[in-house]
Amino acid sequence: MTSLLAQWNYFLVIILMMLGFYAVIARGNMVKKMIGLNIFQTSVFMLYISMGKVSNGTAPILTGDSSTVYSNPLPHVLILTAIVVGVATTAVGYALIIRIQESFNTIEDDEIIELMDDDEAASEGRAS
Amino acid sequence: MGFIIDATLIAFLALIAISALRRKRLFGMVMLSGAFSLVAATLFLVLDAVDVAFTEAAVGAGISTVLALATLSLVPAEEKPHSIAIVPAFLALTTGLLLSIAVSDLPEFGAADAPIHNHVAPEFIIGSEEKIGVPNVVTSVLASYRGYDTLGETVVVFTAAIAVLLIIGGWTRRETETAESTEDDHAG
Repeated sequence: MTSLLAQWNYFLVIILMMLGFYAVIARGNMVKKMIGLNIFQTSVFMLYISMGKVSNGTAPILTGDSSTVYSNPLPHVLILTAIVVGVATTAVGYALIIRIQESFNTIEDDEIIELMDDDEAASEGRAS
Repeated sequence: MGFIIDATLIAFLALIAISALRRKRLFGMVMLSGAFSLVAATLFLVLDAVDVAFTEAAVGAGISTVLALATLSLVPAEEKPHSIAIVPAFLALTTGLLLSIAVSDLPEFGAADAPIHNHVAPEFIIGSEEKIGVPNVVTSVLASYRGYDTLGETVVVFTAAIAVLLIIGGWTRRETETAESTEDDHAG
């Protein structure tokens, strides 16, 4: 129980993570999936940043005072890169959504699957 | 004290996330997602990650929201009504449970004697002052120690820009349209 209290930050972040995960796999609307992915991604960042935190530490900007305790800068660098790469993949995702909307006139995945099944059935009918 | 601030911010985040996911109109959902990023940036600030906080505020709350709004102008404004899906909810709960078990093996939150703080991190903090001469350790690691990695990051962004242009740029679309119309001609 003591360890549970000592690690509360990680558990709270996991709850956020699972909210995003649920949105990605349960919702049919693609824009909503992207937003869910965004929430999921930001929660993973929070998990990493939590690991870098040192109690009573300060931001890793050198003060010149040797007694200052700094939080770990390495997770921060990693997550900076991840945020920028994340927005790049998000842009590609939205571009794909726009393209899907143009081709199928819907962004609900069950409707798209129906349309594709209809297409397949129609082309089979034409072949026979 | 730290616990109260962190828990309040994370509770805010959870509330924003839940109400964003319950929304039927996509516009409200995108706005709430921007708010989520902004509160997340505040949490990063509380956790001493100042560089991450302003990047999240600029990129997560700014650019992502703009991209989502640009997409919204071209797609239907509302999503189809859905009931709660049992299997995905079960999957999410199970994954959360497994992650919680895994996370309980981590060192205590904020412990100064955790392995992560005692391996290479002190060398970077000392080296930043002695070798690089930049007071902000995150900057010196990002631009100097891991300069090639940051170059690779810009390559990823460049690739994504090319991919977006190829997917929704003008020239590929014209080709598919002509292909479709010739197909229609044959069918007709």
